[in-house]
Amino acid sequence: MFTLLLSPEEIRRRLEIILPTVQKPGRYTGGEINQVVKDWQTTLTKVAFVFPDLYDIGMSNLGLAILYELLNQRTDTLAERAYMPWADMEEAMRKAQVPLYSLETKHPLAGFDIVGFSLPYETIYTNTLNALDLAGIPLLSQERTVDHPLVIAGGHAAFNPEPMHAFIDAFVIGEGEEVIQEIVNVHQDWRKLGAPRQALLQALSRLDGVYVPALYSAHYCPDGTFSHLEKLFEDAPLPVVKRIVPVLPPPPTHFIVPYIETVHNRIPVEIMRGCTRGCRFCHAGMINRPVRERPVEEVVQTIEQALKNTGFEEIGLLSLSSSDYTHILELVKAVSAHFSGKHLGISLPSLRIETFSVELMDALKESRHGGFTLAPEAASERMREIINKPVSTENLLETARAIYSRGWTTIKLYFMIGHPSETLEDVQAIADLCKTVLAEGRKVIGRRARLNAGVSTFVPKPHTPFQWVPCDTVDQILAKQKILKHTLRDRDIKLTWTHPEETLLEAWLSRGDRRLAEVIYQAWKRGAKFDAWQEHFSYTAWLEAFEAVGLDTTFYTHRPRLIDEAFPWDHISTGVRKKYLAQDYLSSLQGQTRLDCREQCFACGILPAFAEMRTQHPGDLWKCPEVTPKASRGLPGLQPLVLPGVGSETVKI
Amino acid sequence: MNEVKPMRLRIFFHKNEAMRFTGHLDLHKTWERIFRRAGLPLAYSQGFHPQPRLNLACALPLGFTSQGEVLDAWLEASLLLENVQAELAKSAPPGITIDKIDEMDLKVPALQTQVYSSEYEITFLTPVPELDQKLDEILAAKSLPRQRRDRSYDLKPLIEDLQRLPDTEEGFGRILTRLAAREGATGRPEELIDALGLIPSQARVHRTRLFFAEL
Repeated sequence: MFTLLLSPEEIRRRLEIILPTVQKPGRYTGGEINQVVKDWQTTLTKVAFVFPDLYDIGMSNLGLAILYELLNQRTDTLAERAYMPWADMEEAMRKAQVPLYSLETKHPLAGFDIVGFSLPYETIYTNTLNALDLAGIPLLSQERTVDHPLVIAGGHAAFNPEPMHAFIDAFVIGEGEEVIQEIVNVHQDWRKLGAPRQALLQALSRLDGVYVPALYSAHYCPDGTFSHLEKLFEDAPLPVVKRIVPVLPPPPTHFIVPYIETVHNRIPVEIMRGCTRGCRFCHAGMINRPVRERPVEEVVQTIEQALKNTGFEEIGLLSLSSSDYTHILELVKAVSAHFSGKHLGISLPSLRIETFSVELMDALKESRHGGFTLAPEAASERMREIINKPVSTENLLETARAIYSRGWTTIKLYFMIGHPSETLEDVQAIADLCKTVLAEGRKVIGRRARLNAGVSTFVPKPHTPFQWVPCDTVDQILAKQKILKHTLRDRDIKLTWTHPEETLLEAWLSRGDRRLAEVIYQAWKRGAKFDAWQEHFSYTAWLEAFEAVGLDTTFYTHRPRLIDEAFPWDHISTGVRKKYLAQDYLSSLQGQTRLDCREQCFACGILPAFAEMRTQHPGDLWKCPEVTPKASRGLPGLQPLVLPGVGSETVKI
Repeated sequence: MNEVKPMRLRIFFHKNEAMRFTGHLDLHKTWERIFRRAGLPLAYSQGFHPQPRLNLACALPLGFTSQGEVLDAWLEASLLLENVQAELAKSAPPGITIDKIDEMDLKVPALQTQVYSSEYEITFLTPVPELDQKLDEILAAKSLPRQRRDRSYDLKPLIEDLQRLPDTEEGFGRILTRLAAREGATGRPEELIDALGLIPSQARVHRTRLFFAEL
């Protein structure tokens, strides 16, 4: 929409007039402490990181904070930020012809060398298109020339990149800490050569963990299901194996401190990456393997340093399952020893349902407000076995009693409806369990006891054992929600749920193929944006988009998939084998559970995928068994694994 | 054990461009974080939700900059003023510049109760024909009845001073005004701009100073 690049001075001049007229203009100004401003003229490579949702949300994203700090440590590179303007600001910007600009220096995004999008969830896709459009960058990868920035994307949603394949030049699959540096290097080499854009794309595809969709074409079967992906460039990798770092690198400590309230206004410290629990619905648990932990010492030092740099009054100790952090008690003790009495809020999310978790929080928390969160995900023991999150109801009630009796008045319980083979009785069990938990609370603290029940709807995600499962229909979801709403009428229970239409959108986009790109485009054309925001979400726009493209929505959501069906995301390898996922799915249908894989390796595939890395980084760093060095291996093809603590016993993978 | 003596600081500061759109509550938070970064022992209120003991003299409306802000802050312990000054200066974000810091007697009255007027410099970002005439009309008016949030009031007695300043280099018109800032009697620059028949969002407002009963 803007052919000529505006100067930062001109953008500033126009903002001067616009900003006082919009809501929360503090989102659009930048200038916070710890933002990095470098000399534009003399810095070789300019990268803009975009979180295509509001500043208020994006500022809390740890992934971009890591990459921002890493790239700004390079003297030859600068990294700046941009977020999506809210509708009023977007309108004002379009009217005044202000393109999407970086907060740090107010350069238009189109003037950067690389624009990197964070795609943590699917309902951010239309915003990504809108951001490109507002930046004046052609939406389609194939329409970009050497004069346009390279558009890259990464994040959890990128593990099925196909629905966004037409808009993104290169996807980073997996962890970005190392590969972002390599991408910058490749870009610099390419610029030096003055080669065509295609050469850049080809060079990027040679990097481990980088997927360049333009180098492949997709084929479909006559019944509309996906057939296979064909390479259009000989050297393009197939499959594209995700990237991981062997050891978690030093965490960032120079977080930008917003001048306005944001969602999580705090220091996030990742204590552990990955999860060994193997909950079958959990995307994060499957794609973030193996488990790697940060030493207690490093966590404490990071907090210390980050407090000095930011002055934040809140700390979030982040992981997928805090209780599974090996030295959790030691960590909690160290953190409270160092930081108690300083009026700090410390949160430790994702705790297991056991009384030990209450003791941990007790040691950590100076105040009890905010409630205590537990996520049983399902209420009947049968369902918990199916999803592989075995917790006994007795255990849950005991934990609830401990929480209420230690001073918390509110318990938050998270559940999902729509798990495979779920019946209305299983849903009723959720409501009954909530009432039982509250009743326990009333026994302990009387009428002060409160319960919040958050019941979302399950969306089958790619790369999980449930990727074959059909999603509930709107009618099924409504029937289940009706039971919950009807049973949970109590002034001390707060029930929240997800609208079925929003669930469907997430389901279409999660397991979509390349044909969904046209649907996303058509939906955006019809005004779809901020799909994760109820006030913006337009179901009609999406239905019309599907119709315009001639695709059936139910094909993506409600169709049972054959166990040997080829999936549009099969070329993306998380290291966990599809065969393993299929086995786990079949065990699920028989109600068989799997142990925490720290106790027994189930050979999911992550070790052979990263065997060499594991050999170079032996010991306790990973929670997977060690791999014996190549020289001492037996027959080729068999890679014996030595289980820690099991002596000479080996498993074949 | 010696009793720890608290310390009360009075901080005169500028709220700059970068923090123009930071509201009153967020400014509070920003100050709390400045003290935390500085490693100074900010005092907290007692009770279930302890709050930092910070008192801003007079809220500055969103979008305004200022060179005349005043804050009182309490520290848990008495420290060397020089060190406090140095640490705070190092820890302030780009949106805040500290002018000076005084140590105050613990018993002096709260800042908010002492403010009585506020001076603003207003720069019009679009050409204003006949600015002098508009100012004269305001000055000559006996009353300026206005509506704000469904309440009617007279702006005129709240205007304590109003004069034209030389235009900016770019040729934008500028005025200086002093408006009442007492409890229940606060003159607002955007109301004055509106009373002049101009659009408040097309003007820049900069607070030049606060006037106190006793300081």
